[in-house]
Amino acid sequence: MTTSDWPLWEVFVRSRRGLSHTHAGSLHAPDAEMALRNARDLYTRRNEGVSLWVVPATAITASSPDEKDPFFEPSADKPYRHPTFYEIPEGVQHL
Amino acid sequence: MTTSLNTAALALGDDALVLSHRLGEWAGHAPVLEEEVALANIALDLLGQARVLLSLVGDEDELAFLREERAFRNTQLVEQPNGDFAHTIARQLYFSTYQRLLYGRLATADPRPGDEGREALRGLAAKAVKEVAYHQDHAEQWTLRLGDGTPESHDRMRTACDALWRFTGELFQPVEGVDVDWRELEADWLTSVSAVLDRATLPLPEGPRTTAWSAGAGRQGVHTESFGRMLAEMQHLHRSHPGASW
Repeated sequence: MTTSDWPLWEVFVRSRRGLSHTHAGSLHAPDAEMALRNARDLYTRRNEGVSLWVVPATAITASSPDEKDPFFEPSADKPYRHPTFYEIPEGVQHL
Repeated sequence: MTTSLNTAALALGDDALVLSHRLGEWAGHAPVLEEEVALANIALDLLGQARVLLSLVGDEDELAFLREERAFRNTQLVEQPNGDFAHTIARQLYFSTYQRLLYGRLATADPRPGDEGREALRGLAAKAVKEVAYHQDHAEQWTLRLGDGTPESHDRMRTACDALWRFTGELFQPVEGVDVDWRELEADWLTSVSAVLDRATLPLPEGPRTTAWSAGAGRQGVHTESFGRMLAEMQHLHRSHPGASW
């Protein structure tokens, strides 16, 4: 099997209304319309979604593994950024 | 269950079963992995329809695996070999357009509560019409891309559409127990298929849409040469191990 001629697409699935689209995987397809249909067959056949996005993989700019430390390490020692320093009032259910 | 509903369920069920098996033959051979999954999905939808329909008639396994060739009531179109990918797509375009129009009519037929068999058929059609709408879209998308693609894909798609044209007339031979206006169904089918072919820059095939069979065609149990070989493969496991279970 050769899919080398076909571009790669990244697939995002929204599992239900109100949630955001989440990356599900990738696939090959000749164009966006076919990519959407292939995504439907590959990633939503077990009732996983209500909405699909496909994005050309080339359109995604990713952070570089080399920049991991300057990008992500500074936030590791700042626990005060997490909302854990107050008591949750009784009776609040959906926090 | 009345005899006419037996006839209807067997005809529609055999169409679904046989086409499902043909599409299943692509497993491991499809041009790309994504397309293999797409064809397998369609095959499984059809197999689900076949199970419901054949169960209305009798034991689904006995009907699928122990009948002889002449007892099958599917149209000759669905038993045609996969050929190249264009042949599979042309067969799919012709059949799924027919199935979508037919099931759409059956699903919206007036309810007749006392008539259980007819209600079962209506229930199946209501569920299946969404599946087959997707099958038709899949075939249409590929027809457009192959027809309006490279010179080679255009030629192959045209050859495939021409080759299968003579099996499309049989689809509209009235089936006992299927209560639709067959002439209107055929006219709608022709309009729909013509529009897709036109957009795909493919000419509407010329020539008759039926072959002059003296003894009838698939609905009468008369099948084409390759069908026997397909059945041998489909049935040999069940026949080699009668009554075996997992």
